[in-house]
Amino acid sequence: MKIIALMKRVPDTEARILVNQEGTGIKDDGIKYVISTYDEYGIEQALRVKEKAGGPSTVTAVCAGPEEATELIRTALAMGADDAVHVCDPALASGDPFLAAAALAAAVKESGFDIIFCGKQAIDDDMGQVQTILAEMLDVPQVNVVTGFELSGDGSRATLRRRIEGGDEMIETALPAIVSCEKGLNEPRYASLPGIMKAKKKEIRTKTLADLGVAVPGEARSAIVRWVPLPKSSGCRMVQAEEARDAVRELVKLLRDESKVI
Amino acid sequence: MSNDILIFGEVRGGALKKVTRELIEAARRVSKDTGGAVDAALVGAGAEAAAKGIADYGLRKITVFEGDALASYSTEGYAAALAGLVKESSPSYVLLGATAMGRDLAPRVAARVDGVMFSDCVDIRMEGAACVVRRPVYSGKVYVELARRGERTAFVTIRPNNVPPAAPTGGSTPIEKRGPAAAREAIRALVREIIPLEGGRPDITEADVIVSGGRAMKEKANFKILEDLADALGAAVGASRAAVDAGFAPAAVQVGQTGKIVNPKLYIACGISGAIQHLAGMRTSKVIVAINKDPNAPIFERATYGVVGDLFEIVPMLTEEIKKALA
Ligand SMILES: Cc1cc2nc3c(=O)[nH]c(=O)nc-3n(C[C@H](O)[C@H](O)[C@H](O)COP(=O)(O)OP(=O)(O)OC[C@H]3O[C@@H](n4cnc5c(N)ncnc54)[C@H](O)[C@@H]3O)c2cc1C
Ligand SMILES: Nc1ncnc2c1ncn2[C@@H]1O[C@H](COP(=O)(O)O)[C@@H](O)[C@H]1O
Repeated sequence: MKIIALMKRVPDTEARILVNQEGTGIKDDGIKYVISTYDEYGIEQALRVKEKAGGPSTVTAVCAGPEEATELIRTALAMGADDAVHVCDPALASGDPFLAAAALAAAVKESGFDIIFCGKQAIDDDMGQVQTILAEMLDVPQVNVVTGFELSGDGSRATLRRRIEGGDEMIETALPAIVSCEKGLNEPRYASLPGIMKAKKKEIRTKTLADLGVAVPGEARSAIVRWVPLPKSSGCRMVQAEEARDAVRELVKLLRDESKVI
Repeated sequence: MSNDILIFGEVRGGALKKVTRELIEAARRVSKDTGGAVDAALVGAGAEAAAKGIADYGLRKITVFEGDALASYSTEGYAAALAGLVKESSPSYVLLGATAMGRDLAPRVAARVDGVMFSDCVDIRMEGAACVVRRPVYSGKVYVELARRGERTAFVTIRPNNVPPAAPTGGSTPIEKRGPAAAREAIRALVREIIPLEGGRPDITEADVIVSGGRAMKEKANFKILEDLADALGAAVGASRAAVDAGFAPAAVQVGQTGKIVNPKLYIACGISGAIQHLAGMRTSKVIVAINKDPNAPIFERATYGVVGDLFEIVPMLTEEIKKALA
C-alpha cells in the first residue's frame, strides 16, 4: 500500500501568540515550531497501517511549508516514515487553503496513494478544510475527525469511527480516501535513536509549485482585512464572604440578576 | 452572482438543529444591508417536516432534499444536493453551522463550485460594501477578519451559540421538495450506524451551560457532585484533559485545544487551573465561573466570577442554592 501522511509546520501550543506592531500578522520571534498536533496522530496511524498491511507498503510524509520545515520532516522520518515530499515555495506563505490543497494534490498524485492520513485541523489557522478541499480535488471520499480506524483484510476498504455531537458515526469507506485524525485515535510514538540515525539517510524530495505544475493565482480568493488581538479580560469579580454559604448565595444572585445566565 | 444568501438548515434525527435559527439571524443582518433574499436548503430524513418549523421566518424559499440515498448523512450525498442548488442559484453566501456536519460538508461543496471557504467563524457582518467574517486562529489566542476577493460564492461555517436565534416574522415560505442528487451506489463513504454518547446529557458543544471538572476531582466517583449541579442547571458535564487522562471522564467531554471548543452562556470550571490549552476551548463562554482553592490559579484571569475555596464544599452548596433560586 502507498500510505501518505500530511504534516504541517505550526507554532507550538505553548507559544505566546501576539499580533505584531503593524497589525499585519503575529510576532514570530522566539516561537518554537512543531508538527501540528493532529498530524502526529495521522503519522502514527499511517505507520500502524503499514505495519498491519505488510508487503511492500510505504509511508510518505508530505509537507507544504518553508525551508525550516525540513527539520520536522526529519522527525516524521525518524518516527518511521520511509520518505518525504517537501513542497517548498514562497507563494505558500499566503496561507491560501486552495493553493495548499492544490500543492498537496499535485504532490500525492506524483507519488501515488492508497490512503492519506492527516490532522482534523492545523493548529495554527484552525481551519479544518484543506484536507476536504484536497479530497474534492483528488475525487476521493474523506472521513473527518476520526477516533477509530480498521482496515479491511484485503486493504480495499476501511471502517472508521468519527466523532459528532452526542455520539459517534461508524463509517465504511472505499479506498483510496482521506482520513483526518482526532485525539483518541492512537498514541503517537516518539522517534527512537536508531530511527533518528536512519532518518538521516532517507530521501526528502523538495519541489517548487512550478515543479509540480501548480499555477499560483494572481489573487487569493480571500484576504485578511485585519488581525484582532484578544479582548482584554474585563477582570474577574472575586465573590468573597466570611461564610462560604454567603459567597455561594452572592454568586447565584450575580448569575441570575447581573449576568442573567440562569 | 446574486446578492442572495443560502442557509443550510441542519437536520439530525429528524429535528432541525438550533444553530439553523442562528444562521437565519446572521443572514438577516447581512441581507438588511445588501437587499438580497434569504433561502434555505434542508437535506435528509425529516427535512420537509423540519422545514415547516421555519416556514414563518421570512425566507424566500426552502428547498428540501429527501430520499433513500439521503437517509443518513454522507459527505457525497449531501454535497451533490447542495452543490447542485448553489450552481443553480449562485448565492453570494452560503451559511452552515460549524458542527460536525457543517464542517465536513462546507469545504467539499466550496471546492466543487470553485467557491471561497471561511471556517469556524464567530461573526459575519457588513462593513461598508464588504462582508467581513471574524474567526479565531491559534486556538483562540488571536482573531482574524477576512473578506472575499472577486466574484465567488463564499461558504461560511458559523459556530453555534454566537448569534442569537432569529424570531419568526410570520408569513409562509414555499417549500420545494426534491429527491437525492446522487445515487446511493455512487456514495463511497457511508454511515452504517450512530452510537450515542452514554449519559443522555446534552453534548458539550451544544449546551447552554457546562459544569466542568479538573484534576482536583481526584476520582471518577466524585464527578457525581458535578452531575448533581449539572442536573440542577440542565447543563452538560465537561472535563479538563488532566481529568480525562486520569479516567475521571470520557474523552468526548474534554474541553480544550485537543478536546472540544465550547461556547456556552455559562461555564463553571471546578478545580481547573486554566492552562492555555484548556482556555483555548472555553474562553469565548459568555460567563465563566471559576471555583479553585488557589487564588493565583490562571483561570481567574479569564473568569467573570471567582470563588476561592474547596470545590468539595462549594459545589454541593452551589447546587443547593441554585435549586432554591430556580424553584
Ligand atoms: C499539546 C497539548 C494539548 C493539550 N490539550 C488540552 C485540552 O484540550 N484540554 C485541557 O484541559 N488540557 C489540555 N492540555 C493540558 C493542559 O496543559 C493542562 O495540563 C490541563 O488542562 C490541566 O488540567 P487541570 O486544570 O484539570 O489540572 P491542574 O493543572 O493540575 O489543576 C488543578 C487545579 O485544581 C485546583 N484544586 C486542587 N484541589 C482543589 C479543591 N479541592 N478545590 C478547588 N480547587 C482545587 C488546583 O489549585 C489547580 O488549579 C494540553 C497540553 C498539551 C501539551
Ligand atoms: N501546508 C500543509 N502541508 C501539509 N499538510 C497540510 C498543510 N496544510 C494543511 N495540511 C493538512 O490539512 C489539515 C487541515 O488543515 P487546515 O485546513 O489548515 O486546518 C492539517 O491538519 C494537515 O494535515
